[in-house]
Amino acid sequence: MARNVSTRRKIVVTVVAWTIGILIFFPILWTFLTSFKTEAEAIASPPSLFFFDWTTENYHEVQSRSNYFLHFMNSVVVSFGSTLIGLIIAIPSAWAMAFSPTKRTKDVLMWMLSTKMMPSVGVLVPMYLLFRNTGLLDTRTGLVIVLTLINLPIIIWMLYTYFKEIPGEILEAARMDGASLSKEIIYVLTPMAIPGIASTLLLNIILAWNEAFWTLNLSAAKAAPLTAFIASYSSPEGLFYAKLSAASTMAIAPILILGWFSQKQLVRGLTFGAVK
Amino acid sequence: MGNITLRNVSKVFGAHAVIPSIDLNINDGEFVVFVGPSGCGKSTLLRLIAGLEDVSGGEIAIDGKNATELPPAQRGLSMVFQSYALYPHMSVRSNIAFPLKMANEDKAVIDRKVSDAARVLNLTDYLDRKPRQLSGGQRQRVAIGRAIVRQPKAFLFDEPLSNLDAALRVNMRLEISQLHQDLKTTMVYVTHDQVEAMTMADKIVVLNRGRIEQVGSPLDLYHKPDNLFVAGFIGSPRMNFVSGQPAAAYQAHTMGIRPEHLVLSKENGTWAGTVGVAEHLGSDTFLHVNVDTIGTVTARVSGDFPVTHGDRVFLTPDAQRVHRFDDKGLAVR
Repeated sequence: MARNVSTRRKIVVTVVAWTIGILIFFPILWTFLTSFKTEAEAIASPPSLFFFDWTTENYHEVQSRSNYFLHFMNSVVVSFGSTLIGLIIAIPSAWAMAFSPTKRTKDVLMWMLSTKMMPSVGVLVPMYLLFRNTGLLDTRTGLVIVLTLINLPIIIWMLYTYFKEIPGEILEAARMDGASLSKEIIYVLTPMAIPGIASTLLLNIILAWNEAFWTLNLSAAKAAPLTAFIASYSSPEGLFYAKLSAASTMAIAPILILGWFSQKQLVRGLTFGAVK
Repeated sequence: MGNITLRNVSKVFGAHAVIPSIDLNINDGEFVVFVGPSGCGKSTLLRLIAGLEDVSGGEIAIDGKNATELPPAQRGLSMVFQSYALYPHMSVRSNIAFPLKMANEDKAVIDRKVSDAARVLNLTDYLDRKPRQLSGGQRQRVAIGRAIVRQPKAFLFDEPLSNLDAALRVNMRLEISQLHQDLKTTMVYVTHDQVEAMTMADKIVVLNRGRIEQVGSPLDLYHKPDNLFVAGFIGSPRMNFVSGQPAAAYQAHTMGIRPEHLVLSKENGTWAGTVGVAEHLGSDTFLHVNVDTIGTVTARVSGDFPVTHGDRVFLTPDAQRVHRFDDKGLAVR
């Protein structure tokens, strides 16, 4: 039965919802607008919201000062690479835990999750030394390894949840029909789990793209992704708000566009299993 | 050929012996039904035969060869699941073709076998649909199609009709029986519904708490139950059991009399009682009679027998049809 909602209540709720939405979105909008201001206008008080001399000078400046394309490619390699490797490890792991659980499966899952509870900075020094001694410092390979490892628990947890939703009888039917374990995973499990795998893939690309702690600490110039590119404009000697904003806008634009086009898939993935 | 032999087969989950030990022989071409209340181990037994569960002890032989350690795919058996277990992302055609594809059959052979199966099962017009676009009965037929294309040694059915509505269930029951007559392949069928067991089986295996209570043809079980459990489980409405004085008259600890073997009269008889509930089915009427010294007794009378709630009636057991059981619940013959 539909509830009766008065027009006044509708108006109030709409206004409140829009206000919260705009408040949350405001920093991104502000960054975007600032990227088109001059440095002087960027720090002017009171600030002007829309009425200033729009300029693309910051973008030219950022382009000429640093190699955006290199950082962009580093971001692509690191985020896609770590996510794909993570999936290759996680699909069989999640399969085993979902369809062939043991008494300790829940403990293993909790243990994996517990690694995410520790603050990253706690292991910074040993990780840094390991990377330095193995020559992985400031390499794409090194960043792919570290991002694969830190996101693996989330990938496995997400896939485990999706796989749990697939009825075991269907996999048993495949076994009766003569499918080997690998064929069962390729022909039956994976196609059925595509929505779940796709949303896991997307979410992890976004997480890896935005990961700033390890990428900033373990890379310098060669392998630095876009997070390091942004950070290079916030230096202690003096902030360049307008250029920082231009760099940020350029760094988040690709992932924002990816997210926009795949939002349907993402929402479906994140609410998977919520409603049968 | 499809001969299945179980020798001392047992299954233990943790500390709980679901199946303590079972010996059973299923002959080639037989339609065998495992029946019993839920939790009696009938599905587990079927899954052991299929190879979906490992046995804890004993041996399973298929056509005389030890298959105990073989994986499901190599046992040459097909299974139809209660939930149909169709592959939702594949068309009906691909679902039926899947076992053949896994066996690396030639494409032309696959196409021919799939269209043959589809014709037999009236699925030709639905081959390009996805399972979600089919009704329950059609889905079950696709599951059967997927099972028959492999020409297995035996079919295993795990409560295949439980998800269908009553009318469809009767139809599918007939279709499966028809299929068995056409193919003459061994079928092992699990159900908790004794009507399905009685109507379809050549041989019924009655299971209770992981043990076989009795094996026999439907009419054997109906006429000569070995014990109280089988007597009470087979037949609908279930057999009346009476102990004490009336049973002693038949030299038994407990006497059993089926509702259809009680003669009803309004004038005189052995037991006097009052009609409690009268269930009119049209052809028959089931009367639940409160007999003064015994308790509630169910009687089955012709639908045109004039009787309603509160009537005083007399019941007389047909002496030839009384079943006698000793104090251990075993039949006395």
